Amino acid sequence: MSITTDSTQALPVGNWQLDTVHSTIGFEVDYLAGVFRGQFRDVEAKLEADGASPALTGSAKVASVDVRDENFAAHLQSPDFFDAERYPELGFESNEIERADDRITVRGGITIKGVEKPVELTGTLVDPITDPYGRERISLKLETTVDRTDFGVNWNVPLPDGNPALANEVKLEAELFFVKEA
Amino acid sequence: MKVLGISGSLRSGSYNRQLLRAAEELLPAEVEYVVYDGLKDVPPFDEDDDFEPAPAAVTALRRAIGEADAVLIATPEYNSSVPGVLKNALDWVSRPIATNTLRNKPVAVVGASTGAFGAVWAQAELRKVLAAIGARVVDGEVAVGHAPTRFAEDGRLEDEQLEEQLQETIEALLAEAEARAGRGLTNIRS
Repeated sequence: MSITTDSTQALPVGNWQLDTVHSTIGFEVDYLAGVFRGQFRDVEAKLEADGASPALTGSAKVASVDVRDENFAAHLQSPDFFDAERYPELGFESNEIERADDRITVRGGITIKGVEKPVELTGTLVDPITDPYGRERISLKLETTVDRTDFGVNWNVPLPDGNPALANEVKLEAELFFVKEA
Repeated sequence: MKVLGISGSLRSGSYNRQLLRAAEELLPAEVEYVVYDGLKDVPPFDEDDDFEPAPAAVTALRRAIGEADAVLIATPEYNSSVPGVLKNALDWVSRPIATNTLRNKPVAVVGASTGAFGAVWAQAELRKVLAAIGARVVDGEVAVGHAPTRFAEDGRLEDEQLEEQLQETIEALLAEAEARAGRGLTNIRS
């Protein structure tokens, strides 16, 4: 009996735990005349790919939003934005993962401010390498764009010309370093 | 459950004070309700004075808000906006922004005016200010226009629709406060 594996379609087999030190989960959004970026310091994710239906899950603590100014961070955590008191975490859970060579598409549900919506994350996957300590590592780079107002994150302020200061479209980006569970 | 009422108008015969009294009639008996009486003593905000200990009137207001589970603010409208006295008091309370006693606090805004519109612009601006401070501003608007004609002798609102709106706003406010209490969330105390 021979087993044929199409290596360009399969996910690296194993249970993969997030290397939280090197990974980033963040967002970017048009604000005033530029692009504003922020990220969450306290994040979790895992990729379970040891069975028939691989799954990617992740979460970020809203209170860990890292924007270099404590008053601004406080505003982002208030009911005006993420409402950290009531909805302390952002979450993602996949339903389906597709791979074509190094391209990867992950469909699932994202939960922001207690509202879950379907999203499609797209990006790239780097196949296992062995790090200097003998551990197997992969990485996933994923992004998607959501309309923040779909999740009740509605804050805005009008500019003198009548346009809003903050865009509704927000790009969510994850650069996920994974280590294979021993 | 403690609810703090704050009137943006200081005068003794204030319609907004009357509105806060009308609210009292609609609160469940188990709610402890206090209308704040010290707004006039709050000095003008000056960042040079913004250190601990804060002026006594500021500390008292911060503490009263901190000890309340919810806040009901009745505002008049001065020149299409929030009265300076109220805004000034909120500016004091907002400091420091990350730990201020209004942060996450359920707050409802209502208003009365002698004109036709019941302080709707002041209410909208006040909601914006409160949201910027980090309060949990509840939905619901009660705009008591033509205020001198609106209150019955027993203090209640004569207009059934207005009274219903006030009732709904109070219920929304208490629901927010109960949701917080149910999660074991403590008030930030000053």
